[in-house]
Amino acid sequence: MSHDDFQRHEASILTPAFFALLLLTLIGFFLVALRFIKGIGAVSNMSDGYPWGIWITYDVATGTAIACGGYAMAILVYIRNQMSYHPMIRSAVLTSLFGYGLAGFSVMVDVGRPWNAYNFFIPSKWQVNSAMFEVALCVMAYTTVLLIEFLPALLTRLEEADSKSLRRLAERLHRSTGVAPERLTTRIEWARAGAAWLRPRLDKVLIFIIVLGITLPTMHQSSLGSLLLIASTKLHPLWHTGFLPLLFLINCVYIGYSICILESVLSSYAFKRPFETKELAGLAAIIPWVTVIWLSVVFGDLLWRGQLGKILVLDFYAGFFLLEIALIGTGSFILFSAANRRSVRWLFVSAALIVIGGALYRFNVYLIGFNPGKGWRYFPSLAEFMVTIGIIAFEILCYKVLVKLLPVLPRLHGRDHAPAPPLPQSN
Amino acid sequence: MARPTRRGFLVGLAAGSVSLACGGVAAAIESGGDAAERGEGELGMLYDATRCVGCKACMAACKRVNGDYGSLAYERAAFDPDGLWDAPQDLSGSTRTLIKLFKQSDREWSYVKYSCMHCRKPSCVSVCPVSAMTRDPLTGVVDYNKNTCIGCRYCQVACAFNIPRFQWESATPQIVKCDLCVHTNLAKKGVTACAEACPAGAIRFGKRSELLSEARRRLDEKPGLYINHIYGEHEVGGTNHLYLAAMQFSQLGLPQLPATPPAEFSEKIQHTIYKGFVAPVALYGTLCWLALRNLKKSPPHADRIGEDGEINHES
Repeated sequence: MSHDDFQRHEASILTPAFFALLLLTLIGFFLVALRFIKGIGAVSNMSDGYPWGIWITYDVATGTAIACGGYAMAILVYIRNQMSYHPMIRSAVLTSLFGYGLAGFSVMVDVGRPWNAYNFFIPSKWQVNSAMFEVALCVMAYTTVLLIEFLPALLTRLEEADSKSLRRLAERLHRSTGVAPERLTTRIEWARAGAAWLRPRLDKVLIFIIVLGITLPTMHQSSLGSLLLIASTKLHPLWHTGFLPLLFLINCVYIGYSICILESVLSSYAFKRPFETKELAGLAAIIPWVTVIWLSVVFGDLLWRGQLGKILVLDFYAGFFLLEIALIGTGSFILFSAANRRSVRWLFVSAALIVIGGALYRFNVYLIGFNPGKGWRYFPSLAEFMVTIGIIAFEILCYKVLVKLLPVLPRLHGRDHAPAPPLPQSN
Repeated sequence: MARPTRRGFLVGLAAGSVSLACGGVAAAIESGGDAAERGEGELGMLYDATRCVGCKACMAACKRVNGDYGSLAYERAAFDPDGLWDAPQDLSGSTRTLIKLFKQSDREWSYVKYSCMHCRKPSCVSVCPVSAMTRDPLTGVVDYNKNTCIGCRYCQVACAFNIPRFQWESATPQIVKCDLCVHTNLAKKGVTACAEACPAGAIRFGKRSELLSEARRRLDEKPGLYINHIYGEHEVGGTNHLYLAAMQFSQLGLPQLPATPPAEFSEKIQHTIYKGFVAPVALYGTLCWLALRNLKKSPPHADRIGEDGEINHES
């Protein structure tokens, strides 16, 4: 677990993209404020028939799957012992941290009585039959684990910060708080010494935390599937099965690897760094096998339950089912070819197809395949969309700022401040 | 058997001695478990749609009695700018019980009452993460506690009858559903407000077992009047709110449901995965072992300053 694998991205923070994202974030947060003042009905189209809208379906059920990059990479690096992928792990952990942190935030926006959430910590209120209870505790624990996993980046930065930038920081703080700069400098020095003391000690136990960070998603990602087990009379038989937990678990693994590819390609492109084609090709080789297992479970289960005929009726539900299968199938098919796996363009396209298909599966289970009965309809309102978009914008914003402040991205060996790479090309 | 008779007593005695002779197996099944398990004390209501006159006195009584405790409000209608009527269109965050009229033709119509079914194996109780929904093991009343509820609305997703409602327009929203007046009328007068108010005898309050035999008696007496089915006797494992009607129940908005409770299915899977928390602990142990073994193979060198990259770094 070398910390030398990572480096800070040296670039300006206040870019035009920064302000665009900031605007979307502010709109989203304004609507969140409105929701707390006037009730959920004031901003959303949710109803008693569709009590879970896109906030749960996207931000929680799908957002955490998209945030499974850290989980998927940790399995690869620490369990399958592919240390060559280690440089990719920190950015994966950071996006996971944001994904999960904001999923937690979305839950607090979505639930009606968040002030009662302390009941999760009162054993007499625990309700172990509830998949929701399991998901809630696991997600809270996992967010903490991700924070600890990310701590080394922060500590390294604190240790390595040069005295000049510290003095500048002290002066800036002095202007805003009025505390003498000397006192601030000594305090920052303490923090630095503390970081230097803590980091090697953290390194010793970090592996146990990392493994916890593999165990917890295994538990709650499957439980996200279990959440809909109870809706046996409402969820369409194409999706309602006792294998929901297993399907959700496998689903988050292939989404996790695919999102790592997407993130790497996008950040290489955006930050003008060379593409990590070799590592990405390695990741891409894993994905189609995982999706093949998933597709086998889906179709094997449909056959076993005698529901295959539901596809042939070609109605609304069958359409969405086929779309989900087509997206995942096409993406996987592309990745079976070794030549495609070496092309940045095909890597990007196939990973995008699989992420969208995998996310559509979760939408199908939580919303599209969910029918509470006659007379109920749901399509999210504009304000509801804007809250979700605001939260996503906030996530990207924080990622963009933090990779410029902390050593997160893989170190470029001997190529620091390399000139911009050529645009994505297929080779 | 309406009243205990001498003959009945003797038959029972004979049956008892036979089962004793059979090694007590049958006896153990018959009298096994306590009163709660057998559901002897379970309270409920029998709604007879053929008797209902649609006066909505039950709705008025429910809101009057439970308005304060349950934070219910009167609902305005578009046709009524002066606010003279309480005119809910459906169960809602302000309305726990509702009478609807289903009219197929001038000759074929029926009233129907909606309110919590008080399932014997309620999905809402099974899914509530913080035990805000509870089922009294003795009376079978499914109750809601706003002081623990986090407002996640999983109970709404889970309920096959779409009974729990949410106060969408409130900053401090609650789940709203019938609690059999357990904090109000039942506690004070021993009867639910709707059953007390009903002038037509369409709502009967009592013990589930008694209501069931009453329903069977009515079906036997007037077989031509009713659909030969007691809705709630077996649906989702049985409910304490029972229905008799002259029209198909699915036409009255009461869905056709299997006899196995959905909560049994989901809990079985959840319990298989998490039995005794063995599987998660085993998973963690195995993964730790694997990760430690891997680290020994390619040891970390985080503390060695000045080293650049890893041995097996390929980029």
